[in-house]
Amino acid sequence: MATLATTVKPMGANARRFNLRRQDTIVGWLLIAPSLIIILGVTLQPVLSTLYLSFFDASTSVNLPRTFIGLDNYTNLLQDPVFWQTIGRTMYFMVTSVGLELIVGIGIAQLIHTRPPGWKFLRISLIIPWAVPTIVNGAMWGWIYNGDYGALNGLLYQLGVINKYIPWLIDPARAMNLVILADIWHTVPFVALIIQAALAGLPAELDEAAAVDGASAWDRFWQIRLPLLRPAILVALIIRSVEAFRVFDIVYVITHGGPAFGTVTISYLTYQETFSYGHLGRGAALSFLVSIFTLGIAFIYIRYVYRPGEGA
Amino acid sequence: MCNLRSANWRKHFMGRLVLFAATLPILAFIYLPIAWLVASSTSSRVELSAVPPHWIPQNPSLQNYVDILFPGDQASSTAKTYKVTLQNSLIVATSVTAISLVAGSLAAYALARIQFRFRRTILIGILATRMIPEVSLVIPLYVLASQIGILNTPTVLIFTYLSFALPFAIWLMAAFFETIPAELEDAARIDGCSRIGTLFKIIMPISAPGLVSTGLFVFLTAWDEFFFALIFTSTIAAKTVPVAIAEFTGRYVVDITGMMTGGVLAALPPVIMALAFQRYIVRGLTAGAVKG
Repeated sequence: MATLATTVKPMGANARRFNLRRQDTIVGWLLIAPSLIIILGVTLQPVLSTLYLSFFDASTSVNLPRTFIGLDNYTNLLQDPVFWQTIGRTMYFMVTSVGLELIVGIGIAQLIHTRPPGWKFLRISLIIPWAVPTIVNGAMWGWIYNGDYGALNGLLYQLGVINKYIPWLIDPARAMNLVILADIWHTVPFVALIIQAALAGLPAELDEAAAVDGASAWDRFWQIRLPLLRPAILVALIIRSVEAFRVFDIVYVITHGGPAFGTVTISYLTYQETFSYGHLGRGAALSFLVSIFTLGIAFIYIRYVYRPGEGA
Repeated sequence: MCNLRSANWRKHFMGRLVLFAATLPILAFIYLPIAWLVASSTSSRVELSAVPPHWIPQNPSLQNYVDILFPGDQASSTAKTYKVTLQNSLIVATSVTAISLVAGSLAAYALARIQFRFRRTILIGILATRMIPEVSLVIPLYVLASQIGILNTPTVLIFTYLSFALPFAIWLMAAFFETIPAELEDAARIDGCSRIGTLFKIIMPISAPGLVSTGLFVFLTAWDEFFFALIFTSTIAAKTVPVAIAEFTGRYVVDITGMMTGGVLAALPPVIMALAFQRYIVRGLTAGAVKG
């Protein structure tokens, strides 16, 4: 009797569990279905269409015949010095902007962490530039940089740094740096808030123990907190790099890619090729190259960050 | 003893003072541009062409706001239609938020809690879509939208915005769901609750903060979006606020007062929301980004 009961019971439970699991699978797919359909429709399908289009010589006019030219759009782009100049400019924007954001952001996070008088006000204040829409941010800085009436000229003139107004956005390299400054104003808070939250989550005992052992505040930052912040810093680095590589809005509103193409980034070039010059096939190839690069960063993200329970 | 204490105290006080002094340039960097934006929006066009600038407007007035909200004949065409673009932005951002929250939280629950095949593949696929630049979606979507005849409607923006909003919402909600202890759910299921019943009676109420965070992020991102709106809308029927602001810069004239006033009006809703719900913002930032 006893043996019979023990052999029968698990079988029944197994069958029930199997049923439940199958039910689960069905419910799971039902829950995902609406999102999956939308995502496939508005992202996967267009991406594949763009890839397909990039093998054709196609112009904006839909009625014109399209000729299949294989990889010509890609090889033409890769041999075009303009393409590489634009990549270089975009990399400059990305590295400078993200690098400064990380340094300033980590600095601000660390400052808030030491709880100086007014630290709560500082933390709340950080949310404001983050929440200001990108286009408003661009419009605001564009007006600050204005060569005739801008605040930057006014301030530097009154401080005696310059003795006449300077048309800031006339020089390509300077225009790029000023766009970067505007971008930093908008994005430093994101880095600072993420790092500050990570700092607040670190065990305080570690820091205290090191302090008791005589480690200076400087050493404790470099030797203890910074290594523990590595995952948070990596996340901020990757998210911001992807965004910075695709920068478009702020360039559009401050400089329109000018002067002399000095602020044309890869997204801006793609926009021009596609919508100003009507080179649909070439624009598609360009946008696909942008995707490949950002997916490369995504791959790093998945590989090194998306590891549940990986720890620091 | 007493001397030692006062020396320590002084050292401590000096340290705090240095730290406090360090916050001042940061606060200046944050607030000076905003102050200039607000000052410009309350100045007249004549006053803005002063050299050097009047840092504090001599005749501050809300006339620019009146001009935008109740435009007269002399207002620029962008100023005349600004109110409608605010309305368009609100419709689009609200719809995108609602759809992303409903569809996204259902999908996120399945991905976070139910074991089934391709689960991990889908999760990684969703993360990958977050990396796809808008520019590589825009051509086919444009062709499709013009074929269906929905260009220049809020509908086209709502659908195209889902391309970034929905994967983002799923990712963030899945992160929130994963923090809910499984025992809670197991207890409900032993009591005879179905999956769906557990989801709505147990999981959703606990996840309210997560829903608020996710909703905020989606709304702010949709309100901020510029590229799709620039491409897909050229008439007042669907044009959003960011496009309107960019258009204050005409080919020959720049309507600076309009641009700055429009800028303040466009920034107010997201800034107020972010300040009112700052705790949710920080929680969302950490949940969405710093995972694992």
